[in-house]
Amino acid sequence: MTVQTPNGFTLDNSGRRIVVDPLTRIEGHMRCEVNVDADNVIRNAVSTGTMWRGLEVILKGRDPRDAWAFVERICGVCTGCHALASVRAVEDALDIRIPYNAFLIRQIMAKVLAWHDHVVHFYHLHALDWVNPVNALKADPRATSALQQSISPNHPLSSPGYFRDVQNRLKKFVESGQLGIFKNGYWDSAAYLLPPEADLMAVTHYLEALDFQKEIVKIHTIFGGKNPHPNYLVGGVPCAINMEGDMAAGAPLNMERLNFVKQKIDEAFEFSKNVYVPDVIAIGSFYKNWLYGGGLSATNVLDYGDYPTSQDDKSSDRLPGGVILDGKWEEILPVDPRNPEEVQEFVTHSWYTYGGGREDIGLHPWDGVTDSHFELGAGTKGTRTNIEEIDENAKYSWVKSPRWRGNACEVGPLSRYILAYAKNVPYVKAQVDDALDQFNHLAGTSLTARQALPTTIGRTLARALEAHYCAQMMVDDYDALIANIRNGDLATANVAKWDPATWPKEAKGVGLVAAPRGGLGHWIKIRDGRIENYQCVVPSTWNSGPRDAKGNIGAFEASLLGTPMVNPEQPVEILRTLHSFDPCMACATHVMSPDGAELARVTIR
Amino acid sequence: MLSKASSPYFGHNSFMFPDPLTDLASNDTTILVLGIGNILWADEGFGVRVVECLARDYVWPASVRLMDGGTQGLFLLPYLENLAGLIIVDAIDFGLPPATIHEVHGADVPATIGARKMSLHQTGFQEVLALLDLRGCSPRRLSLVGVQPVTLDDYGGGLTPAVAALVEKVGLRVLDLLRQDYGLDIAPVELGQQLPGLMAEAVTQAAYESGRPDAETACRHGDERLLARLKDAS
Repeated sequence: MTVQTPNGFTLDNSGRRIVVDPLTRIEGHMRCEVNVDADNVIRNAVSTGTMWRGLEVILKGRDPRDAWAFVERICGVCTGCHALASVRAVEDALDIRIPYNAFLIRQIMAKVLAWHDHVVHFYHLHALDWVNPVNALKADPRATSALQQSISPNHPLSSPGYFRDVQNRLKKFVESGQLGIFKNGYWDSAAYLLPPEADLMAVTHYLEALDFQKEIVKIHTIFGGKNPHPNYLVGGVPCAINMEGDMAAGAPLNMERLNFVKQKIDEAFEFSKNVYVPDVIAIGSFYKNWLYGGGLSATNVLDYGDYPTSQDDKSSDRLPGGVILDGKWEEILPVDPRNPEEVQEFVTHSWYTYGGGREDIGLHPWDGVTDSHFELGAGTKGTRTNIEEIDENAKYSWVKSPRWRGNACEVGPLSRYILAYAKNVPYVKAQVDDALDQFNHLAGTSLTARQALPTTIGRTLARALEAHYCAQMMVDDYDALIANIRNGDLATANVAKWDPATWPKEAKGVGLVAAPRGGLGHWIKIRDGRIENYQCVVPSTWNSGPRDAKGNIGAFEASLLGTPMVNPEQPVEILRTLHSFDPCMACATHVMSPDGAELARVTIR
Repeated sequence: MLSKASSPYFGHNSFMFPDPLTDLASNDTTILVLGIGNILWADEGFGVRVVECLARDYVWPASVRLMDGGTQGLFLLPYLENLAGLIIVDAIDFGLPPATIHEVHGADVPATIGARKMSLHQTGFQEVLALLDLRGCSPRRLSLVGVQPVTLDDYGGGLTPAVAALVEKVGLRVLDLLRQDYGLDIAPVELGQQLPGLMAEAVTQAAYESGRPDAETACRHGDERLLARLKDAS
């Protein structure tokens, strides 16, 4: 049957159905079903969050000043951005202005997290959708060295001997039968297009990324007092500044510690500049004819905006927020998270109920309801406990469907980069144009930003560029922090409203963060000093959510349409595009999987 | 009653929270006792609670580090490289009766964690061990003390009574391992002695479990479909 969705996509579920469950190399669990036509082109896609999450309900009645410590535990990768959104929401509700030092320190911590998350995502979770590590064993290390020097002449690790050593290490690892981290691939698939020397370069950089990622997070220990699970504080940051303080471990922030922070920021800057960004451009150029996966990003994108230079001025956001609809890059609409008509969540196709015949309405997060209701549609194949094929005409996901004024939007680094590019933010404009020049030069193409950005490759490129922009912004935040401390301002926390006796009887607030996976919002209602309602609308909910009451499809489903598969039994293309969103289903939904199957079960019907 | 909110400033305890400027260099003389799991998922929080209890009740020498690893996966790499010893405490599906203590050592540890994964954090942690191996910096000695959970599907819940009753016992087993494998005798704290906590006050076992909203406010049912599959598998 062919259906035209209101947001402009054509769905046809008449062809063969392919089920991928679980989708591997993501945080959390999800299932994806697609229909392919006679030419193995995807014509229908169904994204199902298979886990339940109830963070909202367990926060009810807790002390709002403690919420950050709970939300930090939602999942293993998004700790800091949830904690930050939480303290921002409480401060917004109680009208607490944090000291300038605290503002800058939080800015640096958020960017460390984004940088780290993007690097780990690309090398650890996404690269293997493009890179074949088994093929790297066939590489001539001299060819890898030449490739490295041509794409990034400033990276010091580039000799043939260096690449030969890595190749030997990899060979030993593979021969010992411990394919380990590399074991769940479709390494014989013709969907892999890199020559062996590029595969070896990427695997080598994967190891370099692992070496470096542990360095950058040390900044969290310095500012957050501890790691893992750095501390956050409503009203500021939990570290004191004492520039004359002693050098003992655990001392307050002093010059020695700040110099260490600067050194790590500089190292991060060099890595994203010389390794991460050039890798994405070079790998992308070998896939120049694989410009699929854009989906919703070609028309509708959203972000709340973040990284302001001035604490009280939203217009100073270095990644500005807004909404673009229908691909109109020249018309950026403002987004107001407080307006009950704008951000709303729908549960028509989600395993929740709003009760009282309100199944098809959208609820603003302040009025949000998290009440689970699991039922399967009449068209479901299989049994309740072993679903062979889900019925997308009924409820089919544990993820809700967020909409902006009823419109499905994509969120994430790509959305932020499309918004910033469309708004002519100079740094972003230069970055994108430079990257495209290099891509076009390597690939022999002449793609424009409008053609190249709304693709799977564009999504992966935007994430790399954003990581590097974060490194640049951290340098600026650091300089501002040192200047402010030198001016004699040592305050890091505003505790004037620490005591709940100073709070109004009722208050509500919203905390927004440009989280690595996209715009994140926490909405809180406080009554009599306790949490009355708490709703997190997380980026992966925007992207992975099911259809809404009107039949608009979300970003995951849209991104897969029209993609040809080399071999439907090896769903490399589905993984490649869905991974490009960096899905965090642990945040979008939440429960463990009872089976340990790592390799996705692919079923074709 | 409002639970006591975390105080606005936190003490820094360097033996528990390694100082990035100085302490990580000493990994090769350190034994790490690492509790992993998600405290929001009932018995999944077992490992973290054992380490929380050890940190509270004993006086620790500089050569032993205690850590609440949560579900952090790759974020834990810097603390795991080149260790003299690693003792992991976790709730694991060993295929044993609920609330049974089980122990494995050396090469059996990654295999055990990988064999029957119930939880997200175990996928992540098995990879972390594989990466240590690939990069030649695995711990010189490795042990896992685990417990077979009773339930994991109670989101927002604490340890079940049967598993909670094993926290102290498994803590004592960790002390035995430290004595037997590393020659360390760990002394209990003096009466009334208060040590800095391992985690934010709000998520310590007592505060977390006593502050839980009632079943009326916070629904207690999870994902029926997955729960049914879990029962099928067992």
